[in-house]
Amino acid sequence: MKPLDTTVVDVLKDGSQIRQKQMIADHYARLARARETGEKCVYTYVPGNLTELIRGFDLLPVLPEINALQSGMRGKSRDYIARAEKEGHSEDVCTYVKCDIGMKRSGNIGPTGERLPDPDLLLLSYTGCFTFLKWFELLREEYDCPVAMLHVPYQGDGKITDSMRRYVVDQLRDKIIPALEEASGKAFDLDRLRESLARSAQAEDDLVWVLQSAKNVPSPIDAYFGGVYYIGPIFTAFRGMPEAVDYYRELRAEIEQRLERGQGPVTPDGELESERFRVVVEGPPNWTSFRQFWKMFADEGAVVVASTYTKVGGVYDNGFRHDPDRPLESLAEYCLGCYTNLSLPTRVEMISRYVQDYRADGFLINSVKSCNSFSAGQLMILREVEKRTGRPGGFIESDLVDPRYFSASNIKNRLESYFQMIEQKRAGGGQ
Amino acid sequence: MEYCVGIDLGSTTTKAVIIDCQERLIGRGITNSRSNYDVACQIALDEALISARFGLIEGNLKQGHERLEPLERGFRRQQYLHQLDTLSRILVGLAGSGAAAGFLDRIVDDMRLESTALFGPEGNRKSDFFRDLAGSRYLSLAERFAREDGACFEALAGLYDKAILEVENTAGAAGSFEECLRDAVADVPGDVEDLRRAVEQAVAIELVQVGSVGTGYGRQRLPFPEGQIRSEILCHGLGAHAMFPATRTVLDIGGQDTKAIQVDDQGIVTSFQMNDRCAAGCGRYLGYIADEMNLGLHELGPLAEQSQRPVRINSTCTVFAGAELRERLSLGEKREDILAGLHRAIILRAMSLLARSGGVNDEFTFTGGVAKNPAAVGALAQLVQDNYGERTLNISPDSIYTGALGAALFAHRGSRAPVGSVE
Repeated sequence: MKPLDTTVVDVLKDGSQIRQKQMIADHYARLARARETGEKCVYTYVPGNLTELIRGFDLLPVLPEINALQSGMRGKSRDYIARAEKEGHSEDVCTYVKCDIGMKRSGNIGPTGERLPDPDLLLLSYTGCFTFLKWFELLREEYDCPVAMLHVPYQGDGKITDSMRRYVVDQLRDKIIPALEEASGKAFDLDRLRESLARSAQAEDDLVWVLQSAKNVPSPIDAYFGGVYYIGPIFTAFRGMPEAVDYYRELRAEIEQRLERGQGPVTPDGELESERFRVVVEGPPNWTSFRQFWKMFADEGAVVVASTYTKVGGVYDNGFRHDPDRPLESLAEYCLGCYTNLSLPTRVEMISRYVQDYRADGFLINSVKSCNSFSAGQLMILREVEKRTGRPGGFIESDLVDPRYFSASNIKNRLESYFQMIEQKRAGGGQ
Repeated sequence: MEYCVGIDLGSTTTKAVIIDCQERLIGRGITNSRSNYDVACQIALDEALISARFGLIEGNLKQGHERLEPLERGFRRQQYLHQLDTLSRILVGLAGSGAAAGFLDRIVDDMRLESTALFGPEGNRKSDFFRDLAGSRYLSLAERFAREDGACFEALAGLYDKAILEVENTAGAAGSFEECLRDAVADVPGDVEDLRRAVEQAVAIELVQVGSVGTGYGRQRLPFPEGQIRSEILCHGLGAHAMFPATRTVLDIGGQDTKAIQVDDQGIVTSFQMNDRCAAGCGRYLGYIADEMNLGLHELGPLAEQSQRPVRINSTCTVFAGAELRERLSLGEKREDILAGLHRAIILRAMSLLARSGGVNDEFTFTGGVAKNPAAVGALAQLVQDNYGERTLNISPDSIYTGALGAALFAHRGSRAPVGSVE
């Protein structure tokens, strides 16, 4: 089995990190052997993922976004995107999509260097990102396999109504579960689902504790660059699995220890010794220059204390947990509650609360032009959050996995200017 | 006399501003940026110190201020002659025994002779930079020798292109201040005794640098410690505030970026926006258009101002605008109408950044090289009026020094403030 080649993992050498690396490597190895072992797999997305349900049928999840970001980190995305563009995909299309299509056309080699299995089912469990629909349309053409689509209504009024919940539960029962039964050849087992959901809630409690540890000053974690590692297991293949429970328990213990010792977050250059700026970040990170991007913050002593991206799979801030007593209802609420399904006023409210609760000096938006789910309305968010919190907002632009849109010197320039602006404001004059 | 310096290392030019302990501007210098940033900074600072010395000379002169102007021209001529010596030495070295070598001395000798007229009261100097002044004369003489004596123009022009880079990267190519000044005094006609005294007094004052801050596109390369480097956004904000204290919004359109900045009543930046993924609509756009139309950069604005029916240009992509320009010309549109449309297209892009940064608040200060272009200013004034209503629009003739002035003020107000624990 080849080790997982993730560029950044080596900077975080805690036990939980090693465990996570192994979990992911094992999963990919299992996927690579799936055809031999007869295991079947489902392609699905991170937002609103139905991992407990999928794994309840002994199906293996494959997440195209994760493959794309891994390709970005491993320096493969440029060629994959070029391949997709050569085949007619426009420059403005989401670069995750193009990276995925390019990867497929280049042999479908996954992050560990082994071939990914073709899907037995495409499970679209969240439709708030319109691109997801089109993406699976393309994959359906590629693989000629069935698609199960869960239509998730947008939280336009900022709340989940009974009828919205019922609408999603009905689809889960009448469409999604039968499709999973058909793909797996197994019958739905409600008790098994309940057990999984109980484990999910346990892991979720620990994850929430870890993310909220950043309310401490100084923060023991970076909730964006470090945070993307913390959400890895829960938003990919492992929520509801015993491995995830163990991982989050271990992670929490490590962070508790960091907190006790007054240690700052781990960065690409080791532990951050002096926390000079606390910021909230909105938007996904750039993956092609992830480490460089992180270093731009760390070099300034800037710690991200809260981020919206770490809520991309699902939002737990308001107390939501998967609930074994309400299995389908809580799955429905999970899909309805994912971050990009929230209305703009709700997102403004959420970011403003982060700025206040996490005692941030300001907030930054990393805007990705090709990601409509995140980027539409971000300038309005910027102005509104500034108005509500009185803290300065900053705006930078990059991309998910297209290296052509990461202009390092310009981004560094903006970030430096932004942090100097905060500093100047603190000093209260031309200091 | 103690002074603080701010240096703004831009993509096109490097600017230095020096201020005294009362934050009064006492000198400023500019040079074109080049590959060697250290030399560019040194030359800009030398120029700023020279301008400070001239300020001191002027202060020392009890009367006869009209003598200062010939003194300054004479001084510039002396610098020019020193630079010509350097140029000549480098040209000869590069040419070796090639066919062009025989013409080089003749060209440079003629340039020396012409220098008296070039720096005379009627001299037509279109630029302050040696590269432009010498280049224009050198190429014209090379052309003449090619026409009359069979010299190879391409070879001579190629030699100049190589040599000028080296001249620009040679510190001290313009000679020492004292030497040039002494020779310049000697050249001033009439009784120069009071002038000589004023010069001696000014030269005797020791100028001591007590603070420095660097900014601009190349600020990471400035020969200053990290703590003395400031973002150009902060420097532009503070510089604009110093020039126009009621400033609340600053727009800076430079060679390769556009910045929209909001400042408070102390000149502290509260919000800013810059172009990130694309540099369309920056100063370079106009440079490209000027090249496409075979015009000088400074001719674009006045020509565009003659437009009666501006053409709507959609593209702010520099390369596409070139294509659009050619198409419009072939359709018979007037040059001035197309140019007016191009200026408007740039400003529309800036308006979008301004809107993103928090709009245009009163007073509004426009800085950067493009602020010297009357058509750009006209389009901006109109669009601001249309979108935000009445606003006071400030443009300083010295707006190119805004960033350097802000940096000098930061230098005076202390090095980067220490940051304590975050609460």
